Amino acid sequence: MLALLLSFIIGGVFILLIGKDPFVVYAMFFSQTMGSWYGIGQVLFKATPLIFTGLSAAISFRAGLFNIGAEGQLIIGSFLVAMVGCTFSSLPSFLLIPCALLAGALGGALWGAIPGFLKAKFGAHEVINTIMMNFVAAGVISYLVTNVYSVPATVHTPQITASAELLRLDVFASAFHGSPVNVSLFIALAACGGVYYLLWRTRFGYELRAIGLNPIAAEYGGISIARRTVLTLALAGALAGLVGGNFVLGYKHYYELGFSEGIGFIGIAVALLARNHPIGIVLASIFFGILEYGSLTINTMVPKELSNILQAIVILFMITLTKFLSRWTTHLQECIVQDSNV
Amino acid sequence: MKPLLPFILVGILLGYSGCTKKSSEDQKPEVLKVGLVFDVGGRGDKSFNDAAFRGLVRANKELSVEYEYIEPGSGVDREAALRQMASRDNISLIFGIGFIFTDDITNIAKEFPAKKFACIDYTYDSLKQLPSNLVALEFKEEEGSYLVGVLAALLTKTNTVGFIGGMESPLIKKFERGYFSGAKSVNPKCDILVGYAGITGDAFKNPGKGKELALGQISHGADIIYHASGVTGLGVIEAAREQQKLVIGVDSDQYHEAPGYILTSMTKVVDIAIFETIRATIGGTFIGGHARIFDLKSKGVDYVYDDNNKNLIPEHIHQQVEQIRNKIISGEITVSSQ
Repeated sequence: MLALLLSFIIGGVFILLIGKDPFVVYAMFFSQTMGSWYGIGQVLFKATPLIFTGLSAAISFRAGLFNIGAEGQLIIGSFLVAMVGCTFSSLPSFLLIPCALLAGALGGALWGAIPGFLKAKFGAHEVINTIMMNFVAAGVISYLVTNVYSVPATVHTPQITASAELLRLDVFASAFHGSPVNVSLFIALAACGGVYYLLWRTRFGYELRAIGLNPIAAEYGGISIARRTVLTLALAGALAGLVGGNFVLGYKHYYELGFSEGIGFIGIAVALLARNHPIGIVLASIFFGILEYGSLTINTMVPKELSNILQAIVILFMITLTKFLSRWTTHLQECIVQDSNV
Repeated sequence: MKPLLPFILVGILLGYSGCTKKSSEDQKPEVLKVGLVFDVGGRGDKSFNDAAFRGLVRANKELSVEYEYIEPGSGVDREAALRQMASRDNISLIFGIGFIFTDDITNIAKEFPAKKFACIDYTYDSLKQLPSNLVALEFKEEEGSYLVGVLAALLTKTNTVGFIGGMESPLIKKFERGYFSGAKSVNPKCDILVGYAGITGDAFKNPGKGKELALGQISHGADIIYHASGVTGLGVIEAAREQQKLVIGVDSDQYHEAPGYILTSMTKVVDIAIFETIRATIGGTFIGGHARIFDLKSKGVDYVYDDNNKNLIPEHIHQQVEQIRNKIISGEITVSSQ
């Protein structure tokens, strides 16, 4: 809270510097994001993909791995989601939607498994390799979309069939009208539950966390690190690949080049802020959703560059100050414990 | 995540203050308010988006309209930005800048029938009916490009000219085709080298790549290069300056980017299109549901010939190009966009 307040004050100084009233800008920011159901819908829509990429980053962090490749994994995944959605038009919804999502997850999983395999087999560092896989994904997909699958004069694939579309929430709650939040929000929440169960209630999750805490001890204890590494990164990739459900099946109904703009990377920040816990990830994603949509709403008053700066400052403060504060409180506790011992 | 609750409380409080403020704004504004959503590149390209902004600023000065604009960061934000503009009570005319807005602006226009919309470079599909509150602003880039193609082919000393496009897309292909046919029409032996910076929107903002492509074409003998590539073109201009060659600018008059090295510019009056649409809206003559064409005849596309570049273009060649202009306007020459 302190972190938030500080960062907003600094942001306010920036706004003053360009000659705008920070109170007016902030009033706009909050009223547009949380003052209406439409705004809340937009925030939730922005939060949905971040939950997936946040989980993707968190699950690999738990295993002591850095997955920087969510961006590439979600590009591959979303593209496959769109391809399945427009190819198998004869299937009924209850088959087609799971198939499309499965294709997305498998695509992402493959994209994650490759650097996982390289790490396990040759010890090649996953940070470099996942980043490289991002470039490969972006290149391959933009070639395919532009030269093979695009609708003429556009940069997107053909529309998916109507039966593959995920319902928007405004169908159930008309208050959300116009905002693109859709059923994939619930898929994201289910994924959170799934990851929680996996990490803390299964043997695989236990082994995964053991590797993350101390790989040498884990291996000594009989856990095959190589296999877990491949599996973890594949799982992380699958989670990232599911992002396509939100954008492709739930919103635009096609894959468009450049739709993600860093969702994969923000996922890392989400995971860090949430300390890799699924429930924290939901909250952190909503927080980032507010920041993202909020900065769009104030764009009419302040330049885009400034809202980017504001966003970055908030993130910086939140992450460093929470770390700092928690260290400070533990230090304090230790002091108290020592005092009482004396 | 303990910070969230107070955050929401503050939000609700500020939300209320925001609402009360809004009601005072609602009192029927006298002046027209215009909303504009930029292409992903945004302002500062010294070409396409900046031309749009010029039109807006001019309308602000001469017609005293108010304006607001948004520079959306990613594709997902485009529709949200348009909707945000459309749902504001005091904004009655909304522009989308760039072909990429085609689908989104069509949908939003249908959803907000009381508001007026205009889209630059709208991908017009004659089979689909445009909403009656949306006007598509189209340019005959191929006609202007044809003229600069003629000019380049008449002035080249090496019999080789170049074309550098940004994103390889149907829109930029129109520039290329016009340039190609224009050059071939007066100088069939002229070689035309063609290069594109890429296949995504990023290809419009990659000056490094532009310079590389231009140096490549120059090494193959090109002495005049036409670019249609946004910010990427600044690299093309840089290469020409280094190698003492000539560049044909695009969209805006780019003379001042490298005085003496800019042969001419194929101008596309995005600014006038925007200004005129705003004026029509004020005058009550806004007509939606159709595509408005800006061509050579209406000077919607043109090439620059003024005191700055007069010494680069001999008088008899200027005359020859002007004759071809008249033939295009009269319909004697038709320029294909395919």
